[in-house]
Amino acid sequence: MDFDLTPEEEAFRSDVRTFLDENLPPEGERDAMFPLRWSTLVREKGWVGFSWPKEVGGGGGTLMEQAILKEELANRRAPALGSCIMGLAWVGPALIQYGTQEQKDRFIGDILDSKYQWCTGYSEPDIGSDLASLQCKGERQGDDYVVNGQKIWTSLAQWAKWMILLVRTDNATEKKHDGITCLLVEMDSPGITVSPIANMSKQPFFAEVFFDNVKVPVENLLGKEGQGWQITIGALANERSGISEIAGLLWELDLLKKLVKESRVGGKPAREDTRIRRKVAEFETRIAAMKYNGQRYLTKQIRGEPVGSETSVNKLHTAHLEKYMSEFALELQGSYGCLAPGSKAALERGRWQKEALGWCTAVIGGGTPNIQRNIIAERILGLPHD
Amino acid sequence: MNFGFTAEQDIFRSEVRKFLDNNAPLEEVRRIMESDEGYSPKLWQEMAQMGWLGLLIPEEHGGVDLGWVDLTVLLEECGRTLFPSPLLASTVAAIALMENGSAAQQARWLPSIAAGEAIFSVALVEANDRLSEQGVELLGEKSQQGAELRGEKLFVPDATAATHFVVSFRTGDGPEGVRLAVVEAGASGLTIEDLPGLDTTKRIGRVRFDGVSVDADCILDGSPGWAAVARLLDHAAAAVTAEAIGASEGAHALMVEYAKQRVQFGSLIGRFQGVKHPLADMYVDIESFKSLLYYAAWCLDKNPEEAPRHVSMAKALASDAFTRIGIDGIELHGALGYTWEYDAQLYLKRSKWVKAAFGGSDHHYERVAALGGL
Repeated sequence: MDFDLTPEEEAFRSDVRTFLDENLPPEGERDAMFPLRWSTLVREKGWVGFSWPKEVGGGGGTLMEQAILKEELANRRAPALGSCIMGLAWVGPALIQYGTQEQKDRFIGDILDSKYQWCTGYSEPDIGSDLASLQCKGERQGDDYVVNGQKIWTSLAQWAKWMILLVRTDNATEKKHDGITCLLVEMDSPGITVSPIANMSKQPFFAEVFFDNVKVPVENLLGKEGQGWQITIGALANERSGISEIAGLLWELDLLKKLVKESRVGGKPAREDTRIRRKVAEFETRIAAMKYNGQRYLTKQIRGEPVGSETSVNKLHTAHLEKYMSEFALELQGSYGCLAPGSKAALERGRWQKEALGWCTAVIGGGTPNIQRNIIAERILGLPHD
Repeated sequence: MNFGFTAEQDIFRSEVRKFLDNNAPLEEVRRIMESDEGYSPKLWQEMAQMGWLGLLIPEEHGGVDLGWVDLTVLLEECGRTLFPSPLLASTVAAIALMENGSAAQQARWLPSIAAGEAIFSVALVEANDRLSEQGVELLGEKSQQGAELRGEKLFVPDATAATHFVVSFRTGDGPEGVRLAVVEAGASGLTIEDLPGLDTTKRIGRVRFDGVSVDADCILDGSPGWAAVARLLDHAAAAVTAEAIGASEGAHALMVEYAKQRVQFGSLIGRFQGVKHPLADMYVDIESFKSLLYYAAWCLDKNPEEAPRHVSMAKALASDAFTRIGIDGIELHGALGYTWEYDAQLYLKRSKWVKAAFGGSDHHYERVAALGGL
């Protein structure tokens, strides 16, 4: 074990820091136009798609460099590197691994430049956690796949220009996973209807998407027919330390400590209450555990060993922390805890209330905690399937 | 950055595991725990020959001069089979000598520890059960030879097996008034008593000092008062946690295997989410305190400033997690888990010792809160 960086890694870190010193003002001093300037700057710097190979226009960063960059960015609360969220997170990596040359040429540059949004068509009304049972149909007819069915909980669907879509092309496979195919679908194709759904904060971030005889040209098939499941779970060489999330959680923890120091419970300073002190220490310990779990996984990756289901461990920690840190803040606020963010008497402009209603994406997207428990139980402990 | 074991450490682990599987399977552990000595003098000598008793001790004093991460491997494996031996006590005592003893004191005692000729333990906790400077009440009055000790130490690991004790005592007020000394078990005025514990693989003792005379050259004067004892308590808590990794993995493996075999309602019980989800949560807990402890172990050698916080995080999480694993381990096996013959009870009892030894989760979380600025 050795937690020191190599001289090359140290040099990389100091280059990152210098760039941030020169180009990233502190959080409170950024104007409304800053994110736009920022995305141009980091694109030129080669940080967008930093883990992607240089041949496709990525940064060609090593696993360790990715982790260093993410940590430095997160520590300074840098804005996202691009606005094409899903394109950068998984469509790009899937294209790099499974796309044809034409597909790469057509899409990757645009993703790196965040020219437009991508959305992701996975969940269906009856198919959530059991994703491999999906039923939205794709039927090959000549040079097209004809898609019929429905997707739901599709984030950003009403703004996206393209969708990465999973359809069932074969109902007769022995394993249901093998009948799934991945298509790239233009959202203004005839036959697509998008119907937004408001989340509990009344924001229409996700939607239902209906497909009525939508024709998708065969050239928009990603990978092979029946390879959709593999593409979905296939992890490119993205570092898996979770460092950005952890830095974000540490940020929250500092705010929570500040709240404890400023709060009084029953007329006494909250920071003197042993129960409250213990609760904060538990959060801090869980975040530290995530950090060192993540570093163990990163070490495995650097050694070329597969890292897969282990990351469910940190997903469970994230879920716990996302749910209960904000809940704890509301408890500290006592009667003030139930005030809405816009309310005059709300503390800290209701930032904790927003958190308390806003954790769902991190906790439910990508598999609920119970799904993570299934993954650990079945794939790591070798227990039988339900 | 490299957060993994070396190839040498992996080999060391498999050697330790092989030795313990051959010599101390749980049937043998049961025999040893019910013996008078509470450990196996024969296996103790073999451990000495393999260099395990001097793992951290410098070569010039007969040790093998390895680090805390190597020690973690050894303790983890000993924990896995609930192996009863004074290894933990002896290792922490050796650290006390290495950190606080003069060159002469180290040359005098360390070789005998490494060779398995002497068994050292640490007497740091008292009836007040406070792991703070105020907890040291044992008085050391200045005498012609050095000091005369009066008072009592409790929760002394492997007290009846020990030939020597590293003892904390007080010569004056405040943190600076705390000292450490080596006292022989046969010293006049010293009484050792075995206190039966829930976990009979771990022996606990009371040591009374009724005017025990300590020569000046037995006082470890490299020790800067309470800070030296605090560091030792960190080493001890880390050692308990390292053993707890193996022990909780042992308990967890027993449950997972049972869930894969036991059929009820026409189904393997491991298929039921009411069974598999708690098993997954336990895995999450073990992985997590393991990562924390590995980092803490590295800090104890390489980054001492960060050690207290990380030792406390690891020990706090381990105390609560293993407690749950111990309890659920009985419940998952149904009535079988409740029997003397089945091994789940051994792990449950070990969890009671782990929880209590050198600070439970309340103590360690409080430390995390204080060190974290609250």
